[in-house]
Amino acid sequence: MKKGEVPQHKSILESANLREMCYAVDENGEYTTELSTGWNPKTIALENALKEIEERVEDAKQRVLANEASPIVYYMELHKMDLSILSSYVGLWKWRVKRHFKPSVFKKLSSGTLQKYADVFDITIEELAHIHP
Amino acid sequence: MQIDFTHKQSAHCENGVVSNLMRHNGFEVSEPMVFGIGSGLLFSYLPFLKVNYAPVFTYRVMPGLIFNRFAKRVGIKVKREKFKKTGDAQARLDANLANNNPVGLQVGVFQLPYFPEEYRFHFNAHNMVVYGKEGDTYLISDPVMEDVTTLTDRELEKVRFAKGAFAPKGHMYYPIAFPRTLNLEKAIVKGIKHTCRDMTAPVPIVGVRAMRWVAKNIRKWPQKLGTKKANHYLGQIVRMQEEIGTGGGGFRYIYAAFLQESSKVLKNEKLKEFSKEMTEIGDQWRDFALEASRVYKNRSVQTDAYNKVADQLLDLAKREETFFQALRKAV
Repeated sequence: MKKGEVPQHKSILESANLREMCYAVDENGEYTTELSTGWNPKTIALENALKEIEERVEDAKQRVLANEASPIVYYMELHKMDLSILSSYVGLWKWRVKRHFKPSVFKKLSSGTLQKYADVFDITIEELAHIHP
Repeated sequence: MQIDFTHKQSAHCENGVVSNLMRHNGFEVSEPMVFGIGSGLLFSYLPFLKVNYAPVFTYRVMPGLIFNRFAKRVGIKVKREKFKKTGDAQARLDANLANNNPVGLQVGVFQLPYFPEEYRFHFNAHNMVVYGKEGDTYLISDPVMEDVTTLTDRELEKVRFAKGAFAPKGHMYYPIAFPRTLNLEKAIVKGIKHTCRDMTAPVPIVGVRAMRWVAKNIRKWPQKLGTKKANHYLGQIVRMQEEIGTGGGGFRYIYAAFLQESSKVLKNEKLKEFSKEMTEIGDQWRDFALEASRVYKNRSVQTDAYNKVADQLLDLAKREETFFQALRKAV
């Protein structure tokens, strides 16, 4: 890639006032660096990945509202987590966290366990138990 | 208190931290040099490991390896510490700062406040340097940022004790012993040989064999997983290849810069030609990313498009195989 060809497309980086460094060759063929504001192919890739997460969050929300899953599932998706990440944050075995995904089990959780989840998601127990449609 | 530390932006965080810490200790080593000597270049496919619900593709070696190999090959000693208690982690950090010693930290990205929200994933192998403390605010030199930044002690504790895969556990590291002069020549040769060996290794999950495996799988994805998931996987490849920290082209441009610099250090004209070839390979990776992005942009595509992307990947595998076989003999 030549220095002049380093793409300067619009991207999410702009909002944070950030530019990333790319390596490219100058007119004499010597390597140098150039800052880039973004490149469309990867912006699309990132946007698609984020869209995917949004869909997962929305899907989780519907399942919670339909009483098919506990609110923990919703908050897990909202924080871009999966089962193993969440279990490592709350410090519980995966199979226990998985059980807590069931609304019936969730209802019987002690306030101590609920507090653990609430701390991970940085919310109150009250917010954890009731999600808004 | 603030240590006199020069922040220099780099493409990749680990190389950048090493390069900046070396400069602070009086050794000028460029980012590509660190990357090349540390044998950072790779291709690897780990279909049984999932990140963001897609398999892992990586264009570089495991976090931490670059610095370890670099240190061993140029003869510096690195001290590494991990902690169980957050209090200990902070106390050791403060002691080092009071000692006028800037340190490298491994942190998680998810709760890093100065990163754009969209970039905050559960990625725990980010690196930064702490070079001072004012009140309860730490002065941070994050190599991928244009300028220095700050974090409160609370924020720093959160990112140092992020959880999940590669949990940093407060991981702190800094060089403690240096040779009188850096012997780069031998280190460069070792670094290059190692990368050539990795890239042509006879195992299916690394190097050119892994590229061929991915190419084979790409052809199957649309039927096997449906276009939605197939596109998600393709997107994951492109993101791993081009996201912040790669310097573009899945680290191939950084590697080309390393070969160019090495040709001067070793006075080996052949390496200059290899650098040019590596740049072209990097360009070809960019074309591959562009083609892949066309596939996942237009959601209704025929399987033909996937075959085209797979063919490109096969071409790249062939080219890199020839490249690394020849490079091995040139040093």
